[in-house]
Amino acid sequence: MSTVSVRDVTVAFEAVQVFDGLSLDIDEGEFIVLLGPSGCGKSTLLNAIAGLLDVADGQIWINGKNVTWEEPKDRGIAMVFQSYALYPRMSVRENMSFGLKMAKTPKPEIEKRVNRAAELLQITPLLDRRPDQLSGGQRQRVAIGRALVRDAAVFLFDEPLSNLDAKLRNELRVEIKRLHARLGKTTMVYVTHDQIEAMTLADRIVVMKEQKIQQIGSPDEIYHRPANLFVAGFVGSPQMNFIMGRIENTGEGLSFLAGDRRLSLSGYQFATAPSAGQEVVLGVRPEHLEITGTGIWPGFTVDIVEPMGADTVIWCSDGLGSLQVRTTGSRKASPGESLTLQVDSTQVSLFAADTGERL
Amino acid sequence: MNAAEPQGRRPRHLTAGRIGIYAFLITAALFFMLPLWIMVVTSLKPMEEIRLGNILALPAAMTFEAWTKAWSSACTGLECNGISVGFWNSVRILIPSVILSIIAGAINGYALSFWRVRGANVMFGILLLGAFIPYQVFLYPLVRIFSLTGIYNSLTCIVLVHVIFGLPTMTLLFRNYYAGLPIELFKAARIDGGGFWTIFLRVILPMSTPILVVATILQVTGIWNDFIFGLTFAGRENLPMTVQLNNIVNSTQGERAYNVDMAATMLAALVPLVVYFVSGRWFVRGIAAGAVKG
Repeated sequence: MSTVSVRDVTVAFEAVQVFDGLSLDIDEGEFIVLLGPSGCGKSTLLNAIAGLLDVADGQIWINGKNVTWEEPKDRGIAMVFQSYALYPRMSVRENMSFGLKMAKTPKPEIEKRVNRAAELLQITPLLDRRPDQLSGGQRQRVAIGRALVRDAAVFLFDEPLSNLDAKLRNELRVEIKRLHARLGKTTMVYVTHDQIEAMTLADRIVVMKEQKIQQIGSPDEIYHRPANLFVAGFVGSPQMNFIMGRIENTGEGLSFLAGDRRLSLSGYQFATAPSAGQEVVLGVRPEHLEITGTGIWPGFTVDIVEPMGADTVIWCSDGLGSLQVRTTGSRKASPGESLTLQVDSTQVSLFAADTGERL
Repeated sequence: MNAAEPQGRRPRHLTAGRIGIYAFLITAALFFMLPLWIMVVTSLKPMEEIRLGNILALPAAMTFEAWTKAWSSACTGLECNGISVGFWNSVRILIPSVILSIIAGAINGYALSFWRVRGANVMFGILLLGAFIPYQVFLYPLVRIFSLTGIYNSLTCIVLVHVIFGLPTMTLLFRNYYAGLPIELFKAARIDGGGFWTIFLRVILPMSTPILVVATILQVTGIWNDFIFGLTFAGRENLPMTVQLNNIVNSTQGERAYNVDMAATMLAALVPLVVYFVSGRWFVRGIAAGAVKG
């Protein structure tokens, strides 16, 4: 059974329609990440689930109950915001217990829940401080704690780590994942534009663009079998290489042809059958290009080398286009060096040039 | 010998231009201080000295007689109880007017910036328009309305008028301040189960100290300095200090007592003056925030 179900939801601001009949089902205990560039509507969707935004049409179900007209507090949700949104004039303890006080929870129960959440997040020594005496990471911990004490079935995260510096972001990311594992049956809906957060946290990723869902799938599916050119380009860093070309039937099977470079597609699993001569875009992840002496694509020249420690990204070109190759950090290269590349056709993606859809 | 290499703090030079600027600024400051100087020295002189005509001179025989007379025995028409009556009237008008108008403005601003009130923008537009229409236009209709309801010429009446006319500025002030607070704070409070009043009182109001100070400064000086509303709506018993001052200065029998006039004027200006000096930086923010107020 799904805990959160968004059914045919339409959201409109003034006269502008933001969503038109958007649907999404989220299973109990699932960690769902809504991923997309800014303005894609992911936060709007989250706000609609939270009840902070009225929907113009459609229904929202949480825990088997139609909550479309319910107040946020009655939806059984807890939410964590990008800007922490801690009440500045209250201590950490008061911040965490505010919601419970509003719900007229008995004092000992409030105490118990606050202490448990504080322990879980290791913020017990901070309980009597004010938010302005805390660092960014501590504030976000408190904000998560405030959500935690509500004992909600669904947690909503609105870019919770975007205000933190890189190191803290990594730490808290791991902590959120650990928290999800420890809470067991708690569903989490997490909005981010950071693909690393999406890939590392999600059970399923929902990639959005321009108010539409582009693809729903496990991180592995999203990464290895992107549904269209947008998803392919948005997920992955460094970006997937795109090579324009066309499909040709050479008698011994289909192959991809770009200029005089050729790639046999015998190992490729087509989602929809292509026609010979069709214009296509070949997508190859930088780590799926291999530098070997016996490769099928010779004649590349090294352009720029970006050493990143664990691995090295080599930009190379053949005069027509440029490709990024990801190789081990120990691989040294210098600009001007010539390379031969090997491509594995089972690892590539093919997209129709006109629609951008996966073939 | 080389010229000194630039190193460390850049040396400051006193140029002719800079001296000119300072000379101009000091002259301008003195010029604007002149009226205040004349008022202070005149109020401290006996009438014989004033008649000599040396208005800039320091008093030869300094006396506070004019001040005591202005406070307690100067004549405002037929009665001769000084300006003190007006002072207490003004205080009685000021306190409820300031408190009520700030409360109303804060609630309005809060509702307009956080809750999706239907027609909020239209409401705000109308309120804003109200801030730009000259007060005089409303005087006669209001007098008619108040006499029909039977509260004309009373303390209630004048307080009500101040609250109504304070509403546009106060709403604008609070709305703009609340628009600058993170909306996520409000969302968090809603998820925590706060209602309209709980969120206002427990979350928003505790964050409003700066704007409350600014609003108080604006309303205290504005309402204290008001003349026309006090004259029109307060009734004979409640005439504020400004109206009393006018009566003192304009009702003269025989010789005009310049020293009493000056002392009375300064007494009337005392409250706003104290507010200016005490509030300092807040006052500047108040001016910037309330730039629409005439």
